[in-house]
Amino acid sequence: MGILTSYRLRLQRRRWRLRAQRKARELTAVADRTGKIACDDILLFCTFRNEDVRLPYFLEYYRNLGINHFLMVDNGSEDGGQAFMKDQPDVSLWTTDAGYGDARYGMDWLTYLQGKHAHGHWALTVDVDEFFVYPFCDTRPLRGLADWLDASEVRSFGAMLVDMYPKGPVGQTSYERGADPFEVSNWFDPGNYIISRNPLLQNLWIQGGPRARTFFASKPKQAPALNKIPFVKWQRPYAYVSSTHMMLPRGLNLVYDQQGGEKASGVLLHAKFLNTFADRASHEAARAEHYRDGREYKSYADRHGADPDLWCQWSEKYINWRQLEVLGLMSKGNWA
Amino acid sequence: MTLGVIMLVHNAFERAEQMARHWTDAGCPVVIHVDSNVAAADYDRFAQALGGIATLRFSKRHRCEWGTWEMVAATQDAATLMLEDFANVSHVYLASGACLPLRPVAELCEYLDRHPDTDFIESATTADVPWTVGGLDRERFTLRFPFAWKRRRRIFDWFVRVQQFVRYKRSIPEGLVPHMGSQWWCLTRQTLDAILRDPNRDRYDRYFRQVWIPDESYYQTLTRLHARRVESRSLTLSKFDFQGKPHIFFDDHLELLQRSDCFVARKIWRHAEMLYHCFPRSADLERQHAEPRTGTVDRLFSHAVDRRTLGRPGLYMQSRFPNIESQNGFAAAPYAVLQGFDDIFPAFQFWLTKQTEAAVHGRLFAKDRAHFADDSTVYRGGISDNARLRDYNGAMFLTNLIWNARDLHHCFQFGPTDSQDIHRTLANDTNASIWVVSGAWSVPLFLSGRSAGEMRTEAARLQRIEAKFLKTLRSPNARARIHITTLSDFIEAPMETLQTIIDDIAGHKGNALAEVPKMADLTGLPDFLQDLKNQGMHPFLTGDITEQNARRPQGRPRPKPYVISRK
Repeated sequence: MGILTSYRLRLQRRRWRLRAQRKARELTAVADRTGKIACDDILLFCTFRNEDVRLPYFLEYYRNLGINHFLMVDNGSEDGGQAFMKDQPDVSLWTTDAGYGDARYGMDWLTYLQGKHAHGHWALTVDVDEFFVYPFCDTRPLRGLADWLDASEVRSFGAMLVDMYPKGPVGQTSYERGADPFEVSNWFDPGNYIISRNPLLQNLWIQGGPRARTFFASKPKQAPALNKIPFVKWQRPYAYVSSTHMMLPRGLNLVYDQQGGEKASGVLLHAKFLNTFADRASHEAARAEHYRDGREYKSYADRHGADPDLWCQWSEKYINWRQLEVLGLMSKGNWA
Repeated sequence: MTLGVIMLVHNAFERAEQMARHWTDAGCPVVIHVDSNVAAADYDRFAQALGGIATLRFSKRHRCEWGTWEMVAATQDAATLMLEDFANVSHVYLASGACLPLRPVAELCEYLDRHPDTDFIESATTADVPWTVGGLDRERFTLRFPFAWKRRRRIFDWFVRVQQFVRYKRSIPEGLVPHMGSQWWCLTRQTLDAILRDPNRDRYDRYFRQVWIPDESYYQTLTRLHARRVESRSLTLSKFDFQGKPHIFFDDHLELLQRSDCFVARKIWRHAEMLYHCFPRSADLERQHAEPRTGTVDRLFSHAVDRRTLGRPGLYMQSRFPNIESQNGFAAAPYAVLQGFDDIFPAFQFWLTKQTEAAVHGRLFAKDRAHFADDSTVYRGGISDNARLRDYNGAMFLTNLIWNARDLHHCFQFGPTDSQDIHRTLANDTNASIWVVSGAWSVPLFLSGRSAGEMRTEAARLQRIEAKFLKTLRSPNARARIHITTLSDFIEAPMETLQTIIDDIAGHKGNALAEVPKMADLTGLPDFLQDLKNQGMHPFLTGDITEQNARRPQGRPRPKPYVISRK
């Protein structure tokens, strides 16, 4: 790496972190239980807005995996989400009405919280509709993964986003509060992901899946990025660059092997396509707070009306992580 | 006989305590070494918890850093203490806090009784084993390593290079033959005593102080001097990954460990409640004399190492993305690219499917859309036929297609009218067989019925594209199996080429060609080509086609009694 590039990236990282300090003023603590965080706790960081329906299952899922403390930012929810979250014993909650887009899609707030609370901890950064699946997740808790990564001296763990969708029109599903979304939305695309390398930050850029196949086939460049690095042994100087797609320092982005071997990796099951989706698409398109002014949401809202059907004859029905491993969407690497 | 256990502990103290109690309860004296890095408070708590046990001692603490001499010094002190304080100890077992006995201690003692005077220590000469990490095998005994590898990697590497550059070489003390192996051993009192009281011990210690990772070679080497019988294997089941880090056992390894019949396993995850609950298993008369068998465990972990180092060929995914330039850049299964055949034989795709039962695609890279074998809009894995999406990353389109259906042999038609970005990928893929009939693009132009004058520009364009493709194929970097014939050579004897293709695709399953594809009517093609020439556009890729060979080949196959496969 050239000295100049190295310096430039360092400056960039500084800038994100300073910005996070500034944006932290927008946060108001609703329930600060961070005093309860023990020294080797595994933390979860998340921003949400109007996700009351999803929050109960989200908490249940991650508590089962072994998250010890949730650090959540409520971005101006208008439903009961905040009230629900602030009473949870393992949740620290902040709230803000500031713009999601102005805060780098929530990353500024989380960067601040991570810098303050996550130093030396394993930290999982996800959205409310992302569900982390890793090798052996049915028999080994997240603590096992963290310990193994520590023993292997690995600092960051990649997990690609896999869009899950129902069979039939998305709008006709019915998701109940507290239910497992993958009971209704349990299909995915097994093998149409396209990958290229980002030479500057060294991360892989993954696109594809049902969204590229249906919404973005004629403008593939705009198809959403699916590469994510959600699980990181956090150090104060770290910062996510764009959502959790890539990080600085860029060595953390090397979650893949370049010599032909496979590193261990997981998957974030994306429970985006439920009956809640159509409302959200039109709402977010109008709000234009999301990435690229919510262009993605506009694309859904304009071109497919309310009710896309993403299912095709080669869709796979989700069973477990081993299926994803066999299909080549994730890998055990040398974890056995 | 009595077994003494030395435990090296540096974390997970509850588990270490549990294990210490287990050993002492079974009548084994225990000497514990606690790393100096451990905070005083933790140490005191731990020492207090184990305070009341009469057959338990704490040895002098050393600061153990991976790969340094202190590890050996710690075991030396502990072993000395063990031999002095417990005169009845006949064997000493070196274990760690993360070791878990799988079988009752009585069975282990009985096993040792059955092997009298035997030292169980993995010990091999460096020349014969590929265990080493970092490429230092013989050199770990002949260079000096004053810097810690873990903390000061740069200066460690630098110092190694300097020594290599000046060809520095330490002399190995006389009489020593360097051996190495797993650091977890079980030695007899006699051997251990002889090692510790060796008159040359100071000299040996001085030497090993600057050997790299002496804990894997000190006892392994010296045992060879003193032992009466060395059984070169460790009684501790311990597996290492490709970076020399120990594999960790979790609850879901329960069955595996049960069936291994090993005496002790490491490293056990500290929260593996079920393992700590189920082991050591209760005494079992039937399996009392079982020999440890590590075959299944070995296989499991060597698979893991293979996956980490070699991966699944042809898979491109989030954690495996080999450089295209490296040897691993290829598709998951052999496939064939056929250029020009579908121009000459209108029903070629159908015919080839029938002959080979392979997945014969049409023009996968056509400008309008991808023509899959079943002519569907979505193919296996959810691959869309959309041309834009495909051309966005043609190489991944192809590798995905083949990975998703790697149980099939794929063939696809290709031609200069298709998207051409895929050239390099095809030419560099060792799994590709590329068959080109050069100049075949002239056939559809000719069959379109339009005049050479109208077709002149188009013909020139197609020829330019094909020439570029052929240039890539003929470059010295091309690794695919490549067969190029000109149109004129091909129509002289089409069946020979076709038979070779069939053999190549279907292997032994291919039959001698019973049915011949119907060739387009090429009468008049020479005139058409001549016309092109007259327009100033020389179709040099077609070869020299005369009226005679254009008319002849309406396909009587030459009789062939049998086909000798080339494989």
